[in-house]
Amino acid sequence: MHETGAAHRDRASDPFSPELRERLAELQARKPQAEPEMVAEVVRAVLTTMSGDLNPKEVSLLAEVEELGRTIATAKQEIAALKVDDITDSHIPFATDELDAIVQHTASATHSILESCETLDAVAESLQGADATKLQDATTKIYEACSFQDITGQRITKVVATLKTIEVKVAHIVATFGEHAAPRPATTPAGDAGASGEADLLNGPQLPHHAMDQSDIDKLLASFE
Amino acid sequence: MPIDKSMNVLIVDDYKTMLRIIRNLLKQIEFHNVEEATDGAEALAKLRSGNFGLVISDWNMQPMTGLQLLQEVRADAKLKGMPFIMVTAESKTENVVAAKQAGVSNYIVKPFNAETLRDKIEKVLGHA
Repeated sequence: MHETGAAHRDRASDPFSPELRERLAELQARKPQAEPEMVAEVVRAVLTTMSGDLNPKEVSLLAEVEELGRTIATAKQEIAALKVDDITDSHIPFATDELDAIVQHTASATHSILESCETLDAVAESLQGADATKLQDATTKIYEACSFQDITGQRITKVVATLKTIEVKVAHIVATFGEHAAPRPATTPAGDAGASGEADLLNGPQLPHHAMDQSDIDKLLASFE
Repeated sequence: MPIDKSMNVLIVDDYKTMLRIIRNLLKQIEFHNVEEATDGAEALAKLRSGNFGLVISDWNMQPMTGLQLLQEVRADAKLKGMPFIMVTAESKTENVVAAKQAGVSNYIVKPFNAETLRDKIEKVLGHA
């Protein structure tokens, strides 16, 4: 049912609903010393704050805050549902075991190569002239190449340390945001020397585009002289 | 004056495969008197009780690092003049600077070849 134009004008000129006016009357009866205008002003201020008079920027901000709240709630649910035990008990140990196996296998292969190379060296010693030189040059190159084992071992150690760090961080996130996850104690990743200032200097092999090569190092050393 | 290749050389690395590689490369460049240590403490004990003309050490070792070994060597009245070459995968500027400040004689970055090893040894021993 549509209200009449007069009723609408009355409502426009009187901001209080009949119910509110009734309750204000009751309040005045209980507290006769309270000025109706004062009470009305307080009520008006409260209603204004509650209902808005928000400008477009504030409305937009409010919407964003609401969206952020929903996102956080969703993330919390997802983190709570995350099977962190699978990561810490299965995935990361599996990955580190595989990496350890790579180191062991390459070490074993390198050992065999070196042994064969030493045999060839012994043969070279029994030879004379160009053949001896050629064989010795070849074995030297094999020795040089075998140092890959040391470099790959150090690189893999760095990867394992990184995996351990990820494991710790995932556990912390779950402990912080996941409602059903129990907090886990912080652990120091394996290989993190941590204790001394020199630890910052121990970074292992650098990736080629980050590394200084021998000639860069020679120049740097020469700069001290 | 030729290099005295009969001198005792101490190589230090906690990775035995690397010790074997360096020993063989030294043999290729005719250094046959090579002793090994697998950590800094063992190296220091050998240096104090033996007669060495050169130390070739890795950096990244536990519990005593190559840098700490170098500092111990330089602080030891008997050993402080010992030629000391760092052979390491650590190749950042701050590593080289720290090693130089600690008194390293030369610095070889891994992976390296026999020619680099020969060149640095010759430079360190003053016969470049």
